[in-house]
Amino acid sequence: MNDKIPVIRMRHVSKSFGGVHALKDVQLDIFSGEVHALLGENGAGKSTLIKVITGVHQPDEGEIDLNGERVYFNNPREAQHQGIAAIYQEPSLFPDLSIAENILVGRQPLRGGRVSWGQMNKEAGALLKRLGVDLNPRTKARNLSVAQQQMVEIARALSVEARVLIMDEPTSSLTSNEVDELFRITKQLRAEGTAVIFISHRLEELFALADRVTTLRDGEYVGTREMADVTTEGLIQMMVGRKLDDLFPKQAVEIGEVVLEVDHLSVNGAFKDISFKLHAGEILGMAGLVGAGRTDVARSIFGVKPATAGEIKIDGETVEINSPQKAMALGIGYVPEDRQNHGLILPMTIGDNVTLPMLDTYATKGWLNPKKEKAAAVEGVQKLEVKAYGIEQKAAELSGGNQQKVVLAKWLSTNPRILILDEPTRGIDVGTKAAVHGLMSNLASQGMAILMISSELPEVLGMSDRILVMREGLLTKEFDRSDATQEKLMMAATGTVEAALP
Amino acid sequence: MTSKQSLGDFFKRWEWLLVLLIFLVTIVNARLTPYFLDTRNLMRATSDFMELGLMMLPMVFIIITGNIDLSVASMMAMCASLMGWLHMQGTNIWVAMAAALLLGLLAGFLNGYLVARVKLPSLVVTLGTFAFYRGMAYALLGDQAARGYPESFTFLGQGSIGSIRFPFSAVLFIIFAVIFSLILYKLKFGRYLYVIGNNEEAGFYAGVNVVRTKLLIFMMSGFMSALAGIVLAARFGSTRPDIGTGLELAVITAVVLGGVSISGGSGTMIGAILALVLIGEMRFGMGLINIPGQGQNIVIGFLLILSILIPHVGRELTSGNVKVNKAMVGKTAVALIMIALFAIFFFWSRTLLIA
Repeated sequence: MNDKIPVIRMRHVSKSFGGVHALKDVQLDIFSGEVHALLGENGAGKSTLIKVITGVHQPDEGEIDLNGERVYFNNPREAQHQGIAAIYQEPSLFPDLSIAENILVGRQPLRGGRVSWGQMNKEAGALLKRLGVDLNPRTKARNLSVAQQQMVEIARALSVEARVLIMDEPTSSLTSNEVDELFRITKQLRAEGTAVIFISHRLEELFALADRVTTLRDGEYVGTREMADVTTEGLIQMMVGRKLDDLFPKQAVEIGEVVLEVDHLSVNGAFKDISFKLHAGEILGMAGLVGAGRTDVARSIFGVKPATAGEIKIDGETVEINSPQKAMALGIGYVPEDRQNHGLILPMTIGDNVTLPMLDTYATKGWLNPKKEKAAAVEGVQKLEVKAYGIEQKAAELSGGNQQKVVLAKWLSTNPRILILDEPTRGIDVGTKAAVHGLMSNLASQGMAILMISSELPEVLGMSDRILVMREGLLTKEFDRSDATQEKLMMAATGTVEAALP
Repeated sequence: MTSKQSLGDFFKRWEWLLVLLIFLVTIVNARLTPYFLDTRNLMRATSDFMELGLMMLPMVFIIITGNIDLSVASMMAMCASLMGWLHMQGTNIWVAMAAALLLGLLAGFLNGYLVARVKLPSLVVTLGTFAFYRGMAYALLGDQAARGYPESFTFLGQGSIGSIRFPFSAVLFIIFAVIFSLILYKLKFGRYLYVIGNNEEAGFYAGVNVVRTKLLIFMMSGFMSALAGIVLAARFGSTRPDIGTGLELAVITAVVLGGVSISGGSGTMIGAILALVLIGEMRFGMGLINIPGQGQNIVIGFLLILSILIPHVGRELTSGNVKVNKAMVGKTAVALIMIALFAIFFFWSRTLLIA
């Protein structure tokens, strides 16, 4: 295979955002007629790499050759013209246009300056038939299932004679029959000579479909292997790779009484039958892939989206939490995953943000007391060492790490007994990360019960006393700190067969 | 720490600009006509704008949260009509007045319920009730007018205090302006309004009762509209179902001219009050030199557009981005052309009417 000229050849590709390396010296070779899997943890740089190939991002360094010719895409349009097409997890069709219009959008066949509808439907029908898909080209995209919409997107890719088809987690919202159908079509494309880049978190799919696999880790190239030569363990080892360092200052704390008990909690369409106990002084880690339902669990405990079934008990007493106010009154704090939209009010000042949940306590007989409020804000900001010129500074002007500190200051000001942290260190610098970890450990040693959701395995392993793993809305595994490894967590999170466990 | 400071330097400047404009308009008006600075005239003109002012106070709240209430003038007409109808049936005027205020609360509650709890867009909800409440006013009074209010009641709209004849309705406005300002700046509730306007979702996560807050501001709006209707009925000594037609837009104009962002999240009470004074002064002055209502509308409408354009251009001038500056040049050009058109139209209409 290596004597051929690759369709895509990338060398030394780097891309950084605001000083953070998303890709560093990455290489990739894709040949026509192969399905090439791209593998890596959340945040390993897969999406960035895809966006570089499709022209959404421009690389800071490095070169891309297309069929042996150097190319540089200024925008996605230029990439499309060179025959690069992509379909994503969420199809992006125009819902009110027909299938035919969606396939041939922008290239409608004309007759005398007007769109020739008959010709268009015929062309679209031929493409669908070539894919072996039984759909009427006149149907509106709105009425199609996700799987059918993906077929339409593939047909669109075919219609522009795509040489490279990128499929970014196409199977995550498909049923198993639909996945089979997608695989059949993918194999057909491969046989016709299309190069397919396939991204999926489900390792068994890679074994079923891919010819070769390239692994990324922390934005760096790890290696490329023939699928036939690797095992599940080998793949996970490549993904996870690094040794667990001593970065995590987890103190040994005596675990106290059960503070929070969740019993068969469900939210329709998000997660089902979740049961666990959280003790005082304990850090309970929650691992799983993005979309496994972890954030939904946190939101229902905090009353943002109340549970549709099951019970929540605090100190052994059943409570009904139907709003964040109620959760706060019960001593629950929640540092949300989406800092910018849920954690902070960016146009307002640091002070306004920190004091917002507890405005009542800074009021005297109902009147706001600016002095008390200011004192509380300054205290919170100092305790967390937020770097700002004052509490008058707007939250929007802070760096990600400092914003997260403000969110933490805000929630610590409520003196919670139970603190839920959702991706507490995502997108923040190493220094702040260490500070957040130190703070967590400190809080736990003071008896706070902490539920930490994180997609970063070293963080989960380094900080947690116990670890829960969720997959597709279900709690699949529980590990003790002592016997959890990255490999085991990854297997539980991706649903790889348990027999593979040593 | 107060929200006022978080609004940034610009809005502080915007209020100074309003003060400057008020000052200029006062000088120009005083030079154009000797009747302008006449105390009696000024006081009478003041009472003309008090209904608008009363409705403007809760509108400031509603727009700060990023919502809008188009039904204020209709609620005003409906409540005043109910009062007139009840009075004609022989009900005591004070009881009828209480009923009107209650109906205002109820009408506001309906708006608020649909916006806050059913989560429908306020623009559509109040566009619907805008027609609905006005229709109710006609249903109550038909095309007749309710008359014969006792003198003790008409004092609310016609009465005045002291030798300078300070209108009673203005006293009422000042009292409510103080109350609404205190709510906005000194109570938790006021802070919540800015929070909802800036990021409702984050507010909800921080335990802000978004639904109750929104419900309350729409109820305030209903109550104040009813009060405005009562004052208007007292001033005219009669009630017709078509009173205050189009007034909702004048209310919104004053709020936006006052620097309250139409997309929510920022603005001050003092800005809106200054804008009310400015609009009142300009209309009064133009009325004195015989510019008719339509001509006045041209000026006010133009002023409103400028009030949005100036900060926009200002922001881009200071942004330092070359690309943006190019766009800024275009926008300034449009603004200048509009100023020219406006001036031509203004003088044309004036010469036409004075001559």
